Amino acid sequence: MTLGHALDEVLPRLGSELRIHANGHISRAACTRRDDEGCFYMIGSMGLASSIGLGLALARPERRVLVLDGDGNVLMNPGALASIAAAAPPNLLHLCFDNGAHASTGGQRTISDRVRLEELARTAGYRQAARVETREALAAALPGFLAATGPAFLLVRIALGGKPGPRVPHAPEEMTARLRRAAGVR
Amino acid sequence: MSSVVAADGFVDRLLAAGFDFFTGVPCSLVGPLISELERRGLYRGETREDAALGVAAGAYMGGKTPVIVMQNSGLGVSLNALGSLHILYRMPCLLVITWRGHEGKDAPEHLVMGAVLPRLLDLFEIPHRAPANDAALADVDWAAATARETAKPVALVVRPGLFVAE
Repeated sequence: MTLGHALDEVLPRLGSELRIHANGHISRAACTRRDDEGCFYMIGSMGLASSIGLGLALARPERRVLVLDGDGNVLMNPGALASIAAAAPPNLLHLCFDNGAHASTGGQRTISDRVRLEELARTAGYRQAARVETREALAAALPGFLAATGPAFLLVRIALGGKPGPRVPHAPEEMTARLRRAAGVR
Repeated sequence: MSSVVAADGFVDRLLAAGFDFFTGVPCSLVGPLISELERRGLYRGETREDAALGVAAGAYMGGKTPVIVMQNSGLGVSLNALGSLHILYRMPCLLVITWRGHEGKDAPEHLVMGAVLPRLLDLFEIPHRAPANDAALADVDWAAATARETAKPVALVVRPGLFVAE
């Protein structure tokens, strides 16, 4: 299962969740597949997708927030796992696509083959944390994950490879404005 | 030297100016400010200053007007988030940054950042003021207006003696 395969399972099952996409291939591959005003794509600030999701979930408790994260991002800001667990927003879902590598900089290895990120989330205190390694297991896990009381963490182990698609076409300030509209801000 | 700025009045002014989301990482120079925010149930501490900026970015997109409290050591941690998130995406916020190493009088770990703090904010084109005690409340209003007009981060720099007697 590549990132594209995983997104092809996840994205069609989504409703009106506000979505924060980590920088790199995750933003690009997701944007080409399903894009709407409720989608925010990071083009920098690596590591902060989870923190952004936390702030959005706290500010908009009536909306569901989904963070689409990667192993490199989670490892860069692991304190966010603790902050999310401590704040315990029930409306926050945290997906982590784990290819064991920094794909967008050439595939340099991360340490996620030796450090299980779903165990970090579980130990921090997420209400639930699970791991899937096949497309079938992902398909089976998604209905429960997407309906869960958060914070919930799902690690999706994926293979390196597949084309990410073109760069995100939206101007950064337009992404800010449209997510605010989607969130119902003035 | 006028007396220190009362934290409760400062928080009242922040709220009156429209700020409604408070996070950060502590410094002794803003101890009374954080205590007052916590007393009112308004403050949620973060693990790192750039994580606090991430949370603030999400809160802004959810309709809040955030304040991030930090020591100037944390400004170093925050530069990438400021450059590639808040400034790039036009997300206003108020940075309340303490000035450790002010005038070279502090523990050694604060001297490098203390010497360059205003110039570093200038380099990032972050509007900033380091108010005298009797100007602090008025500068809250300046910060709110400037953040609104520029849609960018603005900074209030907290000298020793602003909230805590020297």
